Amino acid sequence: MNWWTGREHPVSTASGWAAVVVVSLVTLAVGAFGLRISRTTSDFFVASRSVRPLWNASAIGGEYLSAASFLGVAGLVLAFGADMLWFPVGFATGYLVLLVLVAAPLRRSGAYTIPDFAEARLESRTVRSMASALVVVVGWLYLLPQLQGAGLTLGTVTGAPAWVGAVLVAAVVVLNVVAGGMRSITFVQAFQYWLKLTALLVPLVVLLVVWRGDGSPSPAAGVGGTDDGWLLPLEGGGAQDLYRTYSLMLATFLGTMGLPHVLVRFYTNPDGRAARRTTVIVLALLAAFYLLPPVYGALGRVYASDLVESGRSDAVVLELPGLMLAGTAGDLLGALLTAGAFAAFLSTASGLTVSVAGALSQDVLGRVRLGSRQLGGVATFRLAALLALVVPLTIALSTERLAIASSVGLAFAVAASTFCPLLVLGIWWRRLTDIGAIAGLLAGGLASGGAVLLVIVDPDRAGWVGALLAQPAAWAVPTGFAVMVAVSLLTPDRVAPGVTRTMVRLHAPESLALDRGSWQPR
Amino acid sequence: MTSPPQRVRVTSPRTSARASRPTVGTQEIDAQTRVGEVYMHSLLRTQLRLGLTVLAVVIGPLAALPILFVVSPDVRAVSVMGLPLAWFLLAVAVYPVLLVAGWWYARRAEQAEADFVELVDRP
Repeated sequence: MNWWTGREHPVSTASGWAAVVVVSLVTLAVGAFGLRISRTTSDFFVASRSVRPLWNASAIGGEYLSAASFLGVAGLVLAFGADMLWFPVGFATGYLVLLVLVAAPLRRSGAYTIPDFAEARLESRTVRSMASALVVVVGWLYLLPQLQGAGLTLGTVTGAPAWVGAVLVAAVVVLNVVAGGMRSITFVQAFQYWLKLTALLVPLVVLLVVWRGDGSPSPAAGVGGTDDGWLLPLEGGGAQDLYRTYSLMLATFLGTMGLPHVLVRFYTNPDGRAARRTTVIVLALLAAFYLLPPVYGALGRVYASDLVESGRSDAVVLELPGLMLAGTAGDLLGALLTAGAFAAFLSTASGLTVSVAGALSQDVLGRVRLGSRQLGGVATFRLAALLALVVPLTIALSTERLAIASSVGLAFAVAASTFCPLLVLGIWWRRLTDIGAIAGLLAGGLASGGAVLLVIVDPDRAGWVGALLAQPAAWAVPTGFAVMVAVSLLTPDRVAPGVTRTMVRLHAPESLALDRGSWQPR
Repeated sequence: MTSPPQRVRVTSPRTSARASRPTVGTQEIDAQTRVGEVYMHSLLRTQLRLGLTVLAVVIGPLAALPILFVVSPDVRAVSVMGLPLAWFLLAVAVYPVLLVAGWWYARRAEQAEADFVELVDRP
């Protein structure tokens, strides 16, 4: 592993370890407690009756705000400046797109997961299996930066080598998921949102007071004048920068709806209307959160610019309190930020692991036959949960270091090139066929996935090739859409026989007494 | 000894029996008649048009920003509330806009659904 090695002078060993241990233990304890509840009844069922939109929205926000949001955005803003503001803008705008195109119909479909939706809409096991395979790919890609971020965090606050944090988060998540806790404990995820917001907001207020006390030095002050390259977007003005910006916008705007752990939470809304209202509250919660990380990035420009040279800008959020405040105050704020970061890894990684393990156990391992025995049930799910984490952990420990937010960007690109066409066309276009969906998923998946693979193997390609591979969405998303539409039009006799009924199910308000078909999620 | 009181037939009002029967509009949709198809088409078209309108209004200007920044670079540094315009728009102003757009969309979509229910759910 060479993406990060332990810091020689850790920020605050004792309070840092304390924060990590407390968050991990609380998570495990709540998981064990949740096990007792979730054993008796389906939490989805309970939640759908009793969860108010604000709690539901907090839970969605808690699961969504990952290491990329908590650490990565500030690190990128510190290192590269205004161009990176598109990341949080995209992460939030993705929810507006999700709201207007898929939120209510997806809730009405009754599907728990994207593979469920594919099966219900296209009446095809093959499309379901492909969607499951893609859930695994996107989930692994998204788990990768969570584990990297955990290694970075633990290394920063305790000086431990990077693999320790990654292994620790993976172990806590596996224990939790295998025990069956946390799975869909809405309350825990909701709490995670407010913990993350507090952990970012309180230290920031203190740091801004210190900054004012220092005479409000400008973050953009460079050698001999203003550092325009950092302060202003697209300062190079080149076509490549423009391409990267647009491709990133496309990936984040359209990729959010395809993240495997996002859709499950929508099922806890009682109906389509509530799904919409919940999403609006999610927008408000995300808007409040995303105001904060860029400020950390800008403050880092003043107080922690040496992090950029040492290639550790992702640690800026964690290091700022120690650099700006001496003594106990800095230690305590640092510990609070560490707790928030760990909460981010644990909540997002748990949600992803459950989604990936679900897809693996239902549609991959569940089909495997050992002699006359067919795999299935709880044991298979546990095996799948282990697999779900071991693969990204191995990649995290062996690849070159990628910036946290940019590897998250790759997961968004794959989701946008595959699941976005599947969901949008499936919901709004009745002529989508199973063959068309398969072809489109293959085309979009191979295009974006191939690019991602090349980037992971060698992240440092320059020029146009580097730009096209690092930000594949701008060409992979249109490819996915175009192939899906064209092949569907070529195979009109493959339109699902029940499409009319399915459209009623997806779009008609629940108050109408209508025949919505008999499909049930597995 | 008086004669017993005359028997009176007690019946329930007929209104509830009527209401439980499916309405004309929902029957058309369930039977997948041409009329039912037209109902569903109009609902889908209304909702899709509403969604695309919101996206065009919000994402259109957002997508125009990078082009604007390249075409006239001086705009980026114009000071708004102490921030360069680019920072003001991307780090602050965009979020309230997203929220208002989402809120407006949810309201209009609910209205469209209420209209649809009124159209279809007649005896």
